[in-house]
Amino acid sequence: MDQLIQQFFNIDIMVQALPTILRGLGMTLLICAVVIPLGLAGGLMAALASTARSRWLRWPAVALVDLFRAIPPLVLLIFVYAGLPFAGIRLSPFVAVAIAFLLNNSSYYGEVFRAGLISIGKGQWEAARSTGLTQRQTLTHVILPQATRNVLPDLISNTVEVVKLTSLASVVSLGELLHAADLARSVTYNASPLTLAAGVYLVLLWPVVRLLSRYQRRIAV
Amino acid sequence: MSKTTTRPAVRKPEAENGGAAPGAGRPTLEVIGLRKSFGTLEVLKNVSLAVEKSEMVFVLGRSGSGKSTMLRCCNRLEEPDAGEILLEGQPITGSGVNLDKVRRRIGMVFQGFNLYPHLDARRNITLALRKVLKQSRDEADTRAAAALTRVGLADKAGNYPSQLSGGQQQRVAIARAIALEPAVMLFDEPTSALDPELVGDVLGVMRELKEDGMTMLVVSHEMAFAREAADRVVFMADGHIVEQGPPEDLFTNPQHESTRAFLSRYSYGP
Repeated sequence: MDQLIQQFFNIDIMVQALPTILRGLGMTLLICAVVIPLGLAGGLMAALASTARSRWLRWPAVALVDLFRAIPPLVLLIFVYAGLPFAGIRLSPFVAVAIAFLLNNSSYYGEVFRAGLISIGKGQWEAARSTGLTQRQTLTHVILPQATRNVLPDLISNTVEVVKLTSLASVVSLGELLHAADLARSVTYNASPLTLAAGVYLVLLWPVVRLLSRYQRRIAV
Repeated sequence: MSKTTTRPAVRKPEAENGGAAPGAGRPTLEVIGLRKSFGTLEVLKNVSLAVEKSEMVFVLGRSGSGKSTMLRCCNRLEEPDAGEILLEGQPITGSGVNLDKVRRRIGMVFQGFNLYPHLDARRNITLALRKVLKQSRDEADTRAAAALTRVGLADKAGNYPSQLSGGQQQRVAIARAIALEPAVMLFDEPTSALDPELVGDVLGVMRELKEDGMTMLVVSHEMAFAREAADRVVFMADGHIVEQGPPEDLFTNPQHESTRAFLSRYSYGP
């Protein structure tokens, strides 16, 4: 038992590692700040393309979404970071992470938005267009507000997944939270920094998860 | 049915009228030789119909007779395969037409109301006023209040559709359409989704619109109302208009076999 506390819950080591871990947290938040908004935007575009009337838009969109949902994000990241240099494209770890996660996130967000879009009946489109609203105005003011609200819980849980996904960036030595913790572990020969990192993820995400459950309970009633 | 059978889309009523206001002397809404198929099913087979200004025309017929499709072609929610539709003498079919401009002149009321559930009654009405007519918030609010007053719901401006009864929702939908001051209103079975005790309110609003001079084309099964309030009744069967005339004539002395069969089924024959 002492061994466990010594190895995983060592307060001294945690205090020592804290500055490194906080720097890692900063990088994690930076990745999220890039990948989440872009992923939402990309997902929305994927959803619009995959529900478009034109098959020339629809088929490529569906194919790409399927592809990037089926490829494990870690494999995708390694391919972008370590594979593309063979094609003469050398990316910094941050850019590689941003691209790989963007492709992955956009497909997941895309599926969520698509479910939202098809949950809105044709009658809403017809009513809006019958008053002279353009297709774009109908989408912006009538369809998307309802579609987004219908899939809000899924959008939020997907976002929680994205935050956790950023820990994969440690494999390309991007100094985010997990990478920072692992660095501190290897310096101190002690696993407590990892426990601290887990605690940071928990503090970061638990309120979101809690709020989500409450929201889902409310709309279930 | 190919596009090539469409009649020439360009008409010049100005020339015929010697430069009078466009559409003067012409019916408000004119449907000429309309054809429409869904796959191999021919739903409209050469339908022609004119609705004069301030006229209320009722379209009757059993389901599948093509009456809703005809109505939906009038603001091109359905795209006709052939034929021509004119609004105040101006063609609204053909490729060069700005549909969004045309549609703001044609109000439509749906069987399922189709109110925007995320907006309250006022904003259901002001959305198009603000985005299509580019009105200021104050202008749009004022006009929405006037429209709601006209349908007897002045006190419901802040209510969301889910907080309104079916009849109230349909009246808000009517207010949404009339706020744009359309040249003609299309009603697609406006009372079919309502509980019987709520039908009267909606019909009452339609009667008041008629008294105010609104031009209306109505697809409905409200026979008693048609008989009492319509200027003209059109009977459709199998993609054709088989008979039309003043309601009294059509109800008491139907000429066509399918009209007789339809009216007797509704036990509203002579």
